Amino acid sequence: MSVRRLAAEQPESFSFTPELEAIAQKLIAKYPEGRQASAVVPLLWETQKAAGGWLPEPAIRAVADRLGMANIRVLEIATFYTMFNLEPVGKYFVQLCGTTPCMLRGAEAIKHVCEKKIGHERHVSADGTFSWLEVECLGACTNAPMVQINDDYYEDLTPENFEKLLDDLAAGRPVSVGPQNSRKGSEPEGGPRVLLDPALYDFKATVPAAGGGGTETPDLLSAGRARAASESPADPLGATAAAQEKAADGADTRDKREAIAAEAQASSPSVTGSDREPVKTGTGVRDPEE
Amino acid sequence: MLADKDRIFTNLYGFHDFGLQGALKRGNWDGTKAILEKGRDWIINEMKASGLRGRGGAGFSTGMKWSFMPKQSDGRPHYLVVNADESEPGTCKDREIMRNDPHTLIEGCLIASFAMGAHAAYIYIRGEYIFERERLQAAVDQAYEARLIGKDNVHDYPFDLYVHHGAGAYICGEETALLESLEGKKGMPRLKPPFPANMGLYGCPTTVNNVESIAVAPTILRRGAAWFSSIGRPNNVGTKLFSLAGHVNTPCVVEEAMSIPFKELVEKHGGGIRGGWDNLLGIIPGGASCPVIPGEQCEDLIMDFDGTRAVKSSFGTAGVLVMDKSTDIIKAIARISAFFKHESCGQCTPCREGTGWMWRVVNRMAEGRAQKREIDLLLEVTTQIEGHTICALGDAAAWPVQGLIRHYRHVIEARIDQYAANPHPEPVVPVAAE
Repeated sequence: MSVRRLAAEQPESFSFTPELEAIAQKLIAKYPEGRQASAVVPLLWETQKAAGGWLPEPAIRAVADRLGMANIRVLEIATFYTMFNLEPVGKYFVQLCGTTPCMLRGAEAIKHVCEKKIGHERHVSADGTFSWLEVECLGACTNAPMVQINDDYYEDLTPENFEKLLDDLAAGRPVSVGPQNSRKGSEPEGGPRVLLDPALYDFKATVPAAGGGGTETPDLLSAGRARAASESPADPLGATAAAQEKAADGADTRDKREAIAAEAQASSPSVTGSDREPVKTGTGVRDPEE
Repeated sequence: MLADKDRIFTNLYGFHDFGLQGALKRGNWDGTKAILEKGRDWIINEMKASGLRGRGGAGFSTGMKWSFMPKQSDGRPHYLVVNADESEPGTCKDREIMRNDPHTLIEGCLIASFAMGAHAAYIYIRGEYIFERERLQAAVDQAYEARLIGKDNVHDYPFDLYVHHGAGAYICGEETALLESLEGKKGMPRLKPPFPANMGLYGCPTTVNNVESIAVAPTILRRGAAWFSSIGRPNNVGTKLFSLAGHVNTPCVVEEAMSIPFKELVEKHGGGIRGGWDNLLGIIPGGASCPVIPGEQCEDLIMDFDGTRAVKSSFGTAGVLVMDKSTDIIKAIARISAFFKHESCGQCTPCREGTGWMWRVVNRMAEGRAQKREIDLLLEVTTQIEGHTICALGDAAAWPVQGLIRHYRHVIEARIDQYAANPHPEPVVPVAAE
């Protein structure tokens, strides 16, 4: 367990921008009605992005209000999940993987570069550009050692190319995400040794595919992050389609399912979910509201 | 070596289009409707016959797991939840599926949901995989757009697929902790029973499967259970994504046949051990929670569930971590202990207190600042943690330390002797809880 506390200095207030509210509505729509608490982790994440990379206490309260959850429920989530930063971070927030697979490939040398170029761990550099943190396995072990800077992975690091990477970021020069050597992904260095048969990539469907699949997908890596969103259809969650169906049919399938589920829930003993009986044995700390 | 035509993940390295057009050219979404038309029972029986064992680490039969879902709905909806919270140190295979071959997973979700009567599925992806999440979401959006999935789709089976993400908690890879997290709570594992197949997400019947288990299903059903079960040896069949990390010349992820000899895997794909085969110290075969296997036992090691069990380790996720003789094995295990200390959710006392205790003691042993009798004490404490917690994280934290003591006790003793032989200002006293 890691002990995590809120920062000593907190802003006065936090309010949802219209953009954040739109995201919140989209997130909540993913879950059955009345289960909007499920959106708490993604919404806290979006809130953290909107609040400048960390979660001030008023923002946590705003999320609790938006989702109709008790403040303590959201607070305990913000302190439990380690990707929520409870204190300010630099413009470039370097998360260095220090777990054994990266350690064996030289993560300690990368850590020394951080100490030399940025300073102490959890300490924002004077100009606010950098801060760094050692984290646990980020799941890119075949490209070790690696760091995550803001949203992107930078892999196959050496002290030299990592120093250059930090310099380029500080100077605002373009950098390439992913492996910093000749690799593209997780293939062996020097090029793949398998999957070389061209017949694998020229399959003739036995049944013609339905619908418009669109054109060749642009590479998101080269296209940048904004493109990923613009690729999305206007109605990815099927809300329009569902509304049309509802108009034609009286109730859409999801409503029907949920009505049935609600009935079943009401007539069955509730042992899970938010309204479960408080735990009487064991740690006894599961439900401090009691 | 597995032939290219028998590989399921043909865009593993991302050299081709990850999107729908590319996926169709690789044979995904071919005849999916014909598979669904054969019915739930056929799909489940075929999955059982294929001998596919869950790829998330536990190795439980996937077909069997699907068959545990109620045949008739009692009114509650059924859910499929895909465990994409890949956080086991040494493992990075699901990431390649999600960023480069996402349509195998999406098609698998449709088929698996159909087989268990679920009309909605959630993919729970770890929070750090931001690029992978965007890729996966883009692929899901394409599938909706092409009406391959959705409320009204070409397969005549209403099905919604949602991508959900976490925010950095290893424990959410445990299935009930994952469900808690998906419901918007702290990721603390639930007591079982009730099992998720009866009371899972939102109190409804739920099956939680690993990404790889779901993503291989469409190809198995297309090519037949007999094809899949002909690869590998009995009880350990099929193809498997291996990730090779650590001290090999060319670390990589590769799809290979189950039961491949370790030596062949490393020589063909890893480019050999750094400094040659004789420089091998030991391996951790399937993610950090598996006990270490010393080099001399790797000579004839068969990489599958039974092969690794024969040397008192486990196959786990097949994320192989190779260590050469430059490795300080005590320090390597101490770092794994630090990982488990950090990731313990704090619900059960043996794990919450024990992981930190083990870490402090192993850390002292890495310096040599310990007493020899503490080795047996440490071993004793690991058995007090193992099996005394709600979930398997307690076991997972205990096993690497047990493996260290089983195979490298002489290294620890030598380190203690070396420390004791040199003068130090402070006496050696066993301090565990500071």
